[in-house]
Amino acid sequence: MANEAAHAADAHPADAHADEHYHPQWSTYWKVAVVLTLITVVEVWIYYIPSFVASKLFVPSLLIMSAVKFAIVVMFYMHLKYDHKLFRALFTGPLLIAIGTLFGLLFLFGKLAIRLGLGAG
Amino acid sequence: MASAAIPDPHHAADAHSHPPTTTGLNHRKIAVWAFIGSECMLFVSLISTYLIYKGRSIAGPYPHEWWCRATNTIGKTAAELGTCAPAETFKPILNIPVTSASTFVLLMSSLAMVLALAAVENADKPKPTGTWENILRSSKTWLWVTAILGTTFLGFQAYEFTSFVHEGLTIRTNLFGSSFFTLTGFHGAHVTVGVLWLLALLGIDYKRGLKPADALNVDIAALYWHFVDVVWIAIFTLLYLIQ
Repeated sequence: MANEAAHAADAHPADAHADEHYHPQWSTYWKVAVVLTLITVVEVWIYYIPSFVASKLFVPSLLIMSAVKFAIVVMFYMHLKYDHKLFRALFTGPLLIAIGTLFGLLFLFGKLAIRLGLGAG
Repeated sequence: MASAAIPDPHHAADAHSHPPTTTGLNHRKIAVWAFIGSECMLFVSLISTYLIYKGRSIAGPYPHEWWCRATNTIGKTAAELGTCAPAETFKPILNIPVTSASTFVLLMSSLAMVLALAAVENADKPKPTGTWENILRSSKTWLWVTAILGTTFLGFQAYEFTSFVHEGLTIRTNLFGSSFFTLTGFHGAHVTVGVLWLLALLGIDYKRGLKPADALNVDIAALYWHFVDVVWIAIFTLLYLIQ
């Protein structure tokens, strides 16, 4: 993967075609699939550990693992890691707006206020 | 601007070559990324609705809790319900093993899709001698695998929806049912569109063969398919695993 990343970095920045075209090799896709499977196995595994489910680490752990899987698929399978920055902007811009709206709505409807202890007053 | 519009002879025969544009990028690919960005907003709004309604249903069945219909009490275990008749006792409705299997199927379909794209991009290279290399270079194989895995995922979803209805949860039962079926139903509809798209690509592949010149068409379908996959990654965690 490091060599491929270096290959992508070697592409001339002004060459939009090169940015648009570089895709990893087959072996990278298989490695990514193994990583995605392992993360999914860990997610389901911790779901069946009652003591971990009851702990404060459970939800953050799942959210982090989910975010990692999301990022891996977007970067390697959707090739956003190697694609032109305009594509990245077109995807991450609306995604960030949507996530911001999600947190805003959760806050407005008291889902986050309760956790922060602001809803009790 | 003008310089960007000059065709680059280096890329004249490139698989992704397209008419000159002011950005130097293909307009169709820009459009599909903009579409995916808008789809992000659609699905986040549906996920927001689910999360806001979570825990606000006044009657069961519930996703992770046991429910006694007669007394309308809930508990983490069946024992917490006290003396509740078996006919009035409802177990947690979500089936994590089945959904974990369907999640794995969808993740593997993304692998097959990206291998299909790689096969189309390399279609004009000399034919390999090894069996495995031949399989890797067969776009038909990987498109079939992707479509079959997508259909398997839909089968899992149909099984899940049917079992939920048999267990007393419909889209009209409670807030959980409404938001759950709306969100997962929208996702299932997207997967269905993706499978039809893949079958259309397969039809083209059988009719005249997909060449590197068609790589952009496959790339756009692949972007849509992977997007459907990443949406499910979020849904699996937020709806199924987080209690």
